Amino acid sequence: MSVVLLLISVGVLLSGGAACAALGTRGSANRLGAAVGVLGAIPAILGAAHALCTGQTSAFHMHWSVPFGSFRLAVDGLSAFFILIIAVICGLAAVYGAGYLKADIGRKNLGASWCFYNVLFASMLLVVTARNGMLFLLAWEFMSLASFFLVMFDHERPEVREAGWTYLVATHLGTAFLLALFVLLGWQHQTMDFERFALPADSMSAGVLFLLAVVGFGTKAGFMPMHVWLPEAHPAAPSHVSAVMSGVMIKTGIYGILRTLTFLGTPPEWWGWTLLVIGAVSGIGGVLLALAQRDLKRLLAYSSVENIGIICMALGLWLLGISTGNTTLATLGLLGGLLHIWNHAIFKSLLFLGAGAVAHGTGTRDIEQLGGLLKRMGQTGVAFLIGSAAICGLPPFNGFVSEFLLYVGALSGIAQAGRSDVAAAGMVALGALAIIGGLAVACFTKVFGIVFLGEPRSDLAAHAHEASASMRLPMAVLAGLCMLIGLLGPLVVRAVAPLTSGLFLPAAATVANSTGIDIVGLLWRISAGAALLLVLILALAIVRRRLLGGRVMEQAGTWDCGYVAPTTRMQYTASSFAWPILDMFRLLLRPRLDRRLPTGLFPQQASFESRSEDIFRRFGYAPLFGAFRSLADRLHWFQQGRNQLYVLYIAVTLLILLLWKLGAR
Amino acid sequence: MTTVASILHVLLALVLAPLLLGIVNRTKAKFAGRRGQPLLQAYYDLAKLFRKGAVYSRTTTWVFRAGPTVGLSAVIVALAIVPLGGLPGLGAFSGDVILLAYVLGLMRFMTVLAALDTGSSFEGMGASREVQFSLLAEPALLLALAALAVCAKSLSLSDIYGLLYAGEPAHVAPAAVMVAAVLLMVLLAENARIPVDDPNTHLELTMIHEVMVLDHGGVDLGFIQYGASLKLWVFSALLVGVALPLRTGQPILDLLLGVGGVFAVAVLVGVIESTMARLRLVRVPQMLVVANVLAIIAILWALR
Repeated sequence: MSVVLLLISVGVLLSGGAACAALGTRGSANRLGAAVGVLGAIPAILGAAHALCTGQTSAFHMHWSVPFGSFRLAVDGLSAFFILIIAVICGLAAVYGAGYLKADIGRKNLGASWCFYNVLFASMLLVVTARNGMLFLLAWEFMSLASFFLVMFDHERPEVREAGWTYLVATHLGTAFLLALFVLLGWQHQTMDFERFALPADSMSAGVLFLLAVVGFGTKAGFMPMHVWLPEAHPAAPSHVSAVMSGVMIKTGIYGILRTLTFLGTPPEWWGWTLLVIGAVSGIGGVLLALAQRDLKRLLAYSSVENIGIICMALGLWLLGISTGNTTLATLGLLGGLLHIWNHAIFKSLLFLGAGAVAHGTGTRDIEQLGGLLKRMGQTGVAFLIGSAAICGLPPFNGFVSEFLLYVGALSGIAQAGRSDVAAAGMVALGALAIIGGLAVACFTKVFGIVFLGEPRSDLAAHAHEASASMRLPMAVLAGLCMLIGLLGPLVVRAVAPLTSGLFLPAAATVANSTGIDIVGLLWRISAGAALLLVLILALAIVRRRLLGGRVMEQAGTWDCGYVAPTTRMQYTASSFAWPILDMFRLLLRPRLDRRLPTGLFPQQASFESRSEDIFRRFGYAPLFGAFRSLADRLHWFQQGRNQLYVLYIAVTLLILLLWKLGAR
Repeated sequence: MTTVASILHVLLALVLAPLLLGIVNRTKAKFAGRRGQPLLQAYYDLAKLFRKGAVYSRTTTWVFRAGPTVGLSAVIVALAIVPLGGLPGLGAFSGDVILLAYVLGLMRFMTVLAALDTGSSFEGMGASREVQFSLLAEPALLLALAALAVCAKSLSLSDIYGLLYAGEPAHVAPAAVMVAAVLLMVLLAENARIPVDDPNTHLELTMIHEVMVLDHGGVDLGFIQYGASLKLWVFSALLVGVALPLRTGQPILDLLLGVGGVFAVAVLVGVIESTMARLRLVRVPQMLVVANVLAIIAILWALR
């Protein structure tokens, strides 16, 4: 049942995408493309909801003439979990895209863009349902290429081309590891079908396969240090595509790791530690670099690295819990991680859509140029505020629910496990989560405070206009989801809980009894706390209104310490706001400083500039690829650009092959 | 009986919290050889503020007006969770410490945004310092409470505080001393007290918390000051539970002891404010890093 609905979705998306491509630059391509995205989402959502509710796995099998390939699809709980969020986010982003791209009608080939969008959507659905290695890799490659073309939408701009190239190279390096992974798996089991990937013979090869999966899938997910493509590619794409890429596409990497782990048997302890450490590094590094950015979308992209880090830490706690036999830790880690996958998809797409509305309404993404937008873009501002609070993990929004589960897991690991290794893991997770939480608050108060509050810092911001209704509607829906999951978290966890039975754990219903922690019950307490908070806010707001009713309300300027002529340029800037924290972490971030100090009794000029570049790019990849380049330059003489020479190369190669073949005989 | 006492605690805190500011000021006055303002000065201030109208900056939006309301609501939720010595909090559950830390986080989030809403560079500066210091104070708080959780083998704050001294005293005492020191440092940092921040300073450039609320007035400022006194109460209650190892088993007696302890903490804050100079701003992170390290040592000791 579910798989049939899924196939209908894929069919709608692919045929609709082809129709869009045929329309080309015509304006109707925009409407058709968005409509196809929404129509394609509906059957997938229904199918996934059905699979999650009934808990049944439905499979589809067809002969496929590709070597080692067979067209096997199946929708089980894990697939349905990912399908649901992919379809919801892609459908909403399509509605947004119709409004966002309206300005480009007639100027750009929107048909092609929508074609790639719908292909990306369909290929993500196939990635999470494919049950054959060849089919999986093919869908994976379609996903990468479709998103590459989407990133290249503004290919006239050199920085976009650069970002596209980085993405293309990075994603294929990642795919190379996945190719190795599936070839090894297929070679061991003499088949590429997932269902026959039983336990491998020895732990040695399982370890190698695990590492291949972490590197290959981690590149797509954005684990540090494989994340460098992410802050380049995500901001370059149109905003609805950024929302899909940051919200759900990188999660297919997490899906890949989860699915691969089911093939590899019971995990040893070092797997959990690997993921925990990668997660902590990505989380803290990601949010620190996010804080250092002044491009709004780039900042959000780094924050995706942070949240993927949190998810990765959650998976680390899960694996550690399994390898040490600590069901409490394992369940809380896994459920927290799974929930955070949904939550991050929701608030990160919301924030990207909001950032798109800002870029659309003002024409700039530079935080330092913005300010005071809440007055001109009221509804976008409210949605963005909800997304910001949610991503900081603040109650009563959804981010708190998933982070709460992880915190409780870490605390129980420290306090109740009675093992020093689990306690150490708990301390790492607790400390990292707390620091990430604090940095996220700094990062998102900076974003919202500088972009939406205060006075406009430039004419661009002063003349901003609110986004169209089709752009505001998806943001409103996502903001509502943030609130809803924040209040009804236990229901979501109950829906997701059966998934744990496929992932080395007993189904969560029995877990509650065996671990002594009633997770759903705890979450109801959280919901009660959130509800109490909302009631108090409402009550105090009424009290305040009563008190102020009928009294004098004056308007005046902001208190400026008696200064006569304040200008908007004298406001605190985003860079100054973030600087004390960046300075505190300067040993990690290595910011480049360029300062000219005032000299003499009557100083004329002084300046101070700081830039925080990605240290992995600066000290890791840039020298590495530079070395490749100089190596390749040495072979440059070989490639002269003359056809005669190339014909000669071919002839010589053929001759050598002929001689070798003759000699071999 | 216990529930009644817990409800009484919340009500008492709501009524008595502004008194803490009076006690702090009276202590400081005694040290300075002054008579000092009346003990109930904070109540007079609040009553006056609640009777006033409002002046708003033209730059501000609804975020500025919502900040104090949300902040006060958040700290009341924290008050409903926090235990007082042996007396459990009203809404205790496993992991409530996380909710406590994060509702205080929500309060900070809204205060910072309200400060940035004014467009004033002074308030921006205060906001920047606030997020910087809280970034270090929050892990210290969570790690310190995790150390107590290890001692009590429990995840709910109320159980942790209730069972803390049930174990072997020689094992618990050193961890408790370290945790008390951490909690005191966090209390001073989070409540804008000397040596981190000076609530009575007169120069906007050097302030942290007070500068963020420069533009608030009337009812909003009243909410902020009342919220600040409740926040001081919450942190004092956390400190009292560790520093005062008496558990009578009688809820009402526990409550009275706890309230007395909270007042004692206010006196202690007054003493610290009178006898210490304020740290330079660059030194504050170092103090908070020390708090974090101490908290980790406390966990390691407790795990031993």
